Amino acid sequence: MSRIVILGAGISGHTVARYLSMWVGKQHQVTVVSPKPQWNWIPSNVWVACGEMTAKQVTFDLAPIYRKAGVEFLLAKAVSVHPEGAAERIRPFVRIEHTDPARAGQTEDVDYDFLVNATGPKLNFGATPGLGPEGGHTVSVCTAEHAVHANAQLQENILAMRAGERRRFVVGTGHGMCTCQGAAFEYIYNVDHSLRQAGVRDQAEITWISNEYELGDFGMGGVHIKRGGYVTNGKVFAESLMVERGISWITRAAVNKIEPNKIHYETLDGTYHELDYDFAMLIPPFAGVGLKAFGNDGSDITAEVFAPNGFMKVDGDYNPKPFDEWSKADWPRYYETPKYKNVFAVGIAFAPPHLISKPMSSPNGTPINPAPPRTGMPSAAIGKAVAENIRDILNGKATGPTHTASMAEMGAACVASTGSHIFKGSAATMTVFPVVPDYETYPDYGRDMDLTFGEVGLAGHWMKWILHYVFLYQAQLRPGWSILPD
Amino acid sequence: MPAKNKEPYKQSYYPPMPTGLTRYMRRSLVWQFIRFWIINFKIFKLLTKSHH
Repeated sequence: MSRIVILGAGISGHTVARYLSMWVGKQHQVTVVSPKPQWNWIPSNVWVACGEMTAKQVTFDLAPIYRKAGVEFLLAKAVSVHPEGAAERIRPFVRIEHTDPARAGQTEDVDYDFLVNATGPKLNFGATPGLGPEGGHTVSVCTAEHAVHANAQLQENILAMRAGERRRFVVGTGHGMCTCQGAAFEYIYNVDHSLRQAGVRDQAEITWISNEYELGDFGMGGVHIKRGGYVTNGKVFAESLMVERGISWITRAAVNKIEPNKIHYETLDGTYHELDYDFAMLIPPFAGVGLKAFGNDGSDITAEVFAPNGFMKVDGDYNPKPFDEWSKADWPRYYETPKYKNVFAVGIAFAPPHLISKPMSSPNGTPINPAPPRTGMPSAAIGKAVAENIRDILNGKATGPTHTASMAEMGAACVASTGSHIFKGSAATMTVFPVVPDYETYPDYGRDMDLTFGEVGLAGHWMKWILHYVFLYQAQLRPGWSILPD
Repeated sequence: MPAKNKEPYKQSYYPPMPTGLTRYMRRSLVWQFIRFWIINFKIFKLLTKSHH
């Protein structure tokens, strides 16, 4: 019997766990290590952050689900990876620190035959002084708890505006190297929608601020879509959505400090600016969670296994190269670490070989460019491919990974709500194929123009609403979950 | 008093604004019901092409 240990129970890690439990769970041990007891459908946090949903509607307890599936669930955070074992322990293992209140702080070594690092991002609020809801001055939509707090502040501001005051709202990215612009993009429209529903929109000034070179970049270098007889860059549509709602925007910006009511930022031309605010939701930059790695002699091999940003290196090409030499071949396909064939990294935890958007820096040397997004659909696809590979190896059908999930060979669909209401709501639905532009296969725009499209409408809102319930149903392993798309 | 010219060269001057028809179609229950199925079909095609 083999033991597969999965670190993290987010979208990607939980996908690995549920498929492996179904495929090999009776013959082998699947173990999930996660510091949090709940699963969170993160795409709906935006609705929690404007009062359309509660935290309970976007989360559920993992323990009963894993118990039902025969998955061992350890409420703990991973601290270090020992892929070669140690002097006192031949088998490879991870060192964990329990977060379960009954055993808080206790460490334990969990050995494995296969390890899947699905630890996701560290929300690196500390990268910008004053950023974030914990000790900072801004709100966040990254977790359900943060979203509840964000809504509380939003409602306070709405009350003040109902009493006649004016308020300034700022939404976007809180550092020059953030990703996840899509979540902020979604939130700014939902804030606008909430203010209109509350009848106070005229008393609000709403501003977008991000590190994108142009609106609509989303960390993917932007996208071209066919619409109205033209092939048009998504920037045009993103700006249209802003102008339609009276929202102004600042791009090419690296927020570098936040004080109460004042955001400091640098723009790509090297100049420094300030932006006053009353309510600000700024996405933090992501980093790896800070796992260390040690060899069997106790030597620190963290720099071999992880990139400087803390994400795990896998089968990508990490040799530094200029932008015009980037290619689809740089991107990992199997998410397997080069040296340890039984260690994988999925979802946000794997180290991208480089950005997708063109790297840009100010004359002061400040990088101001979005990091690559790893959204829900690719994260689940990567998790499923790794689960398939582990299954096939365990069943003797393969000696190595055969299923691939390169971001340069898969697409992504994102539905960004622009206001929630069954008849008056809308959403911007966008698909890209592939996520990482492939100019070898698609010389004109890097993408398949038939599978890359975008549109705004009520249909998108229905889809997002339905998908909320579908993905929660699937994640809770309810009957028929495995026939639902990931 | 003559109407003031709209201030040109501002950020909001250039991006396209949806027409009344476009705004209507975005919320038309009939049209959006049709778009719902078309969008889902397109996403299904994307999913099938993404699986390797």
